[in-house]
Amino acid sequence: MQGRRANPVIAMCGIIGVMDRRRGAIGGSGIRQALSMMNERGSGEGAGYAAYGIYPEYRDCYALHVFFNDIQEDKLPFDAVLEQWGTVEHDEAIPTYDQPNLRAVHTPWRYFFRPDPSLAPGGAPQDDIVSTLVMRVNAARRGALIVSSGKNLGVFKAAGWPEDVANFYRIEDYEGYTWLAHNRYPTNTPGWWGGAHPFNLLDWSVVHNGEITSYGTNRRYIESFGYTCSMFTDTEVVAYLIDLLVRRHGLDIDIAVRALAPPFWEDIDRMPGAEQEWNTALRLAYAQAMMNGPFAIVAADAGTMVGFTDRSKLRPMVVGECGDRLYISSEEAAIRAMEPNVESIMMPAAGEPVIGRVAR
Amino acid sequence: MIGSLPPRYRVSIDPVRCMECERCIENCSYGVFRRDGDRILVNSRNCTACHRCVACCPRDAIMLEEHPCDYRSHPLWTREAREAIYRQAETGRIILAGMGNALDYPVIFDRLVLDACQVTNPSLDPLREPIELRTHIGKKPARLDLRRNSNGDVELRTRLTPNLRAETPVMIGHMSYGAISLNAQISLARAAKEVGTFMGTGEGGLHAALHPYQDRIVVQVASGRFGVNIDYLERGAAIEIKIGQGAKPGIGGHLPGEKVCGEISRTRMIPEGSDAISPAPHHDIYSIEDLAQLVRGLKEATEWKKPVFVKIAAVHNAAAIAAGIARSPADAVVIDGFRGGTGAAPRVFRDHVGIPIEAAVASVDQKLRDQGIRNEVSVIASGGIRGSADVAKVIALGADAVYIGTAALVAMGCRVCGNCYRGLCPWGIATQRPDLVERLDPDIAAKQVANLIRAWTLELAELLGAAGINSIESLRGNRDRLRGYMLDESLMQVLDVRQVGA
Ligand code: SF4
Ligand code: SF4
Repeated sequence: MQGRRANPVIAMCGIIGVMDRRRGAIGGSGIRQALSMMNERGSGEGAGYAAYGIYPEYRDCYALHVFFNDIQEDKLPFDAVLEQWGTVEHDEAIPTYDQPNLRAVHTPWRYFFRPDPSLAPGGAPQDDIVSTLVMRVNAARRGALIVSSGKNLGVFKAAGWPEDVANFYRIEDYEGYTWLAHNRYPTNTPGWWGGAHPFNLLDWSVVHNGEITSYGTNRRYIESFGYTCSMFTDTEVVAYLIDLLVRRHGLDIDIAVRALAPPFWEDIDRMPGAEQEWNTALRLAYAQAMMNGPFAIVAADAGTMVGFTDRSKLRPMVVGECGDRLYISSEEAAIRAMEPNVESIMMPAAGEPVIGRVAR
Repeated sequence: MIGSLPPRYRVSIDPVRCMECERCIENCSYGVFRRDGDRILVNSRNCTACHRCVACCPRDAIMLEEHPCDYRSHPLWTREAREAIYRQAETGRIILAGMGNALDYPVIFDRLVLDACQVTNPSLDPLREPIELRTHIGKKPARLDLRRNSNGDVELRTRLTPNLRAETPVMIGHMSYGAISLNAQISLARAAKEVGTFMGTGEGGLHAALHPYQDRIVVQVASGRFGVNIDYLERGAAIEIKIGQGAKPGIGGHLPGEKVCGEISRTRMIPEGSDAISPAPHHDIYSIEDLAQLVRGLKEATEWKKPVFVKIAAVHNAAAIAAGIARSPADAVVIDGFRGGTGAAPRVFRDHVGIPIEAAVASVDQKLRDQGIRNEVSVIASGGIRGSADVAKVIALGADAVYIGTAALVAMGCRVCGNCYRGLCPWGIATQRPDLVERLDPDIAAKQVANLIRAWTLELAELLGAAGINSIESLRGNRDRLRGYMLDESLMQVLDVRQVGA
């Protein structure tokens, strides 16, 4: 039982994702600029970036980005926990640069970590060990919060305007092949860094614009699989749902997205035999994973970027392409800020996912 | 000496308005009215407040008053407490009562409020956007094996268990032929078919007149096994094992021999005029393993084509029992709360045994989730569902669907007078007397019940739309969209809802 919970945060936001299908380096300055184009959609209370491909020298380690409340007090116990679960190859403070308009309430740190499989009961896969570690640490609230936990990626976020957050982390110093970014307009719990997007678990990161009216159903569902919702915001369930469906249940990402925003019954009723059968099965099995309410979501892992909206498309989503690059955003202007020569712009239909894959 | 008790009701006729048409005399099956010269005389003592006369009087000449002569008021020694003692002092018997729990317990539904969207997300207009109320009852796989074959087509390798598909989460619960009339059952069956939902037979077998609706009928197997044979099982859309009933948890049932007429005796497969006694337990179920065996037996008999439900009364341990049922091959567990109706039950059981459906559903849903087996069974809530708001609230607490009983009878005219066990229902519902049964026209009654379910379904769509939800699945277990109003802290913890304003 969760005891008394706080309300999930309600937000209207700007989101953008960009991927280079040939893993070409994309510097952080472009995405910083794109995000600030959407300041109309934010309120300076939260922004964040997820970057893939930024830690090639530690590509085999889980990169844990951690917020400490009090570095003096909270880091030692956290180090001890990590030692119990595996070995730390390297750790360091995430470089930050003071900004006049950003109050640094946390100290961000990164660890490059290898879980010890012999410590896990029944020889669980490494991913399971790390996800359990993340859930435990974040639920315990002992002054340390793990905000990203995948390999060769990191989440940089804080309470503040996108430019300030970008300058705080000096985001232009990073080069990744996939980026997600988010500008938040929260109507609740201002200044809670953990509530800023992107949300991440292992390989998958998520940015989200909208409100999930089915949050209670989704939370109760995902918690029965051992996930713990601890961020006081609806978006975190999306990261866990994708982890459950894709990593643990082995569904392809397009099918997983279809389970989250499935076709209406009237459409399923019109489908031919086999298609109708599997779509019906998907709705029955994953009824409680289905997300309701207005939303546009961009999610990514090491090889994929996917954008999708709610079944009625009550939040905007625009897709742009230019050479090897795929852009998904709330606003065309944000895409154009990054890529003035964007070749095609399209608006996908409600519930229709857009999927980009990195060439192997 | 105890003497006669004060009459419960006083019926009076306004002589100025009365036109002596005698409709009240014809319609009252309890013998309240008789004619004396140019006057209609009244014997108030026979009145049950069934309101048949009030409904029939063309002149609005009849007035009915409850408790015209009261006792000295006392908070503990209520009228009911005193009268029960007088009656038992005289008869030495168990007191029988009809309909649901009549004690003044707080109604939890009335202390829960629903949510709606404002500004931060749009509410949905059901006239413009699809709002889905389709509900599947049955086991769902916990995960799917869906793979792409070499052509890129998606292939489903998980085998699905058959589910019932209802177009609304409102279903009609089990009321047997015997407890209610054949016309009443036919009306319910027609309504179920018309609106795309299901109705239950109760434990009275399936009369041939219901065969045309059999794909909308859940056939019941209760401890008396009345009417059960392979033909019966095969006709049903699903099978329900009745372990208990909210109005009388832990005890069986008794249909007196005088009600077992020719038709009922044939349908129940028992001799005419013999008492139909359902024992308290199933004598082949003394443990959860035995229950699992019966479920499997019924599944085998019907070649694993029919969902099997298990109905239990909401008792203290309902959550653990439901978890046990979920581990059997059963497809759904029906939880009948302590307000559930009945034709006849000992009053002491009706009023004092069992727990409210709201708390039972909340704890069952939680237990099933804690054990990771919520997908293994559907949860059907019943017992005191009065309107669409109750449906929405109990689904938000975790139910998949509801059974209505009393509400469906009320839609046919029932006035909840609570005298069903006497077999004289003037509305033609809880009676087998042919002249009374004839009063219920299935064409009309079916329409009324269908209208009711349709109206609730529309209201549910509006409630969902206002909450920004376009599918009933996203309300299920969504306790974040409920708030407790004047509920105490410990109950809110059981329900896992927060208080208003939080
Ligand atoms: S039905 Fe009304 S008008 Fe007719 S006899 Fe009875 S009281 Fe009089
Ligand atoms: S069914 Fe008939 S007897 Fe029973 S409560 Fe309703 S009106 Fe009264």
